[in-house]
Amino acid sequence: MEAISPWVLFFAAIFTGNILLTYFLGMCSFLSVSKQIKTASGLGLAVIFVLTITSAVNHIVYYNILQPLELEYLRFIVFIIVIAATVQFLEMFIERFSEVLYLNLGIFLPLITVNCAILGVSLFMVIRNYTFIQSVFFGAGSGVGWFIAIMAMAGIREKLNNKRIPPQLQGPGIALIITGIMAMAFVGFSGIVQIQ
Amino acid sequence: MASKALDIVKDDLWKNNPVTVQILGICSTLAVTNIFLNTLIMGLGLIFVTSFSALVISILRNIIPSRVRMMVQVLVISSFVVLVDITLKAYVPDISKALGPYVGLIITNCIIMGRMEAFASSNKPGLSFIDGFMSGVGYTWVLLVIAFFRELLGFGTLLGIPIMDPVMKSIGVTGGWTQWAIMIMAPGGFFMLAVFIWVANTIELKIGHEKE
Repeated sequence: MEAISPWVLFFAAIFTGNILLTYFLGMCSFLSVSKQIKTASGLGLAVIFVLTITSAVNHIVYYNILQPLELEYLRFIVFIIVIAATVQFLEMFIERFSEVLYLNLGIFLPLITVNCAILGVSLFMVIRNYTFIQSVFFGAGSGVGWFIAIMAMAGIREKLNNKRIPPQLQGPGIALIITGIMAMAFVGFSGIVQIQ
Repeated sequence: MASKALDIVKDDLWKNNPVTVQILGICSTLAVTNIFLNTLIMGLGLIFVTSFSALVISILRNIIPSRVRMMVQVLVISSFVVLVDITLKAYVPDISKALGPYVGLIITNCIIMGRMEAFASSNKPGLSFIDGFMSGVGYTWVLLVIAFFRELLGFGTLLGIPIMDPVMKSIGVTGGWTQWAIMIMAPGGFFMLAVFIWVANTIELKIGHEKE
């Protein structure tokens, strides 16, 4: 995996391998928090932030602690603890240093611990043997991709507010169809960069 | 006890189904529903994890301090997921590879956390086990239906056995089955789930009308 430039990974994670639209990660919060642009952007920014940091920390932990000790099978438990601790730490840090940021991001941080995208990125990074720099760019790119997806979704859902939708499809039903159409649009990017 | 258990079964399988009604936990498993067998294995793993972590959490419910409740729940869940992961790696290495990171992602499956929080942390072990088991089953059967159609339309096969090709040829289409590539890709998963929810809600509305 040495050969792939981090920037290629960054853009691939946004467009061709969008964490939400091609890997279905982070769906729960995507569906429940995408009703308004304002909250969606708050959560999206928090995800970018946490993803970048946790992919770096998890990379260090996995290759410097777990692998030398041959404890790779413990990675699920360790990763989830690292993520929970990072989120907790960030929350305290932000609360202390920036009130504006805390008011905007604060309430979303606890939600992020159980966002599958965060753990998913760390697991992908291990399976695909990324280097440290690659992991950080991959994490950041995935975060940006998630942000774009949830922002687009929130924009569409705000417009849908006063439209007539069949009663059986209201709420999650129509949201899933829109996500499907967005995913089809992103399939169009798949020729640009190819990674696996 | 018996009637309560029956209520739980009904609730989890249809009335309050984790996928169609609560829209929980679709993240980790929608991705594997393009192949029926993978979905089945994933579903069995999930049922194992939900039922046994519900049991453990319920036994420990009076000992765990409420402040660290979430952390303990996550740890219990992840220990069971590690068991599932190691077992799959040992006995079905091919499928384990195909499932990739999604086995680990059972940990963040919101259904499990949701059931622990809402049910297991305040109920007796026996009932919690039933509840965990049934919500796992309620989740798995929905995904199996989705996987059934995705594999059938996408690859024209079921459990790897060609189905659509012979059918199409027997009714006189010489070209055989044209695979619906979209069903294998991500959008197919979203559309199938949306259609499933649509059908489920339609049935639910009809039952509601008849009762009135």
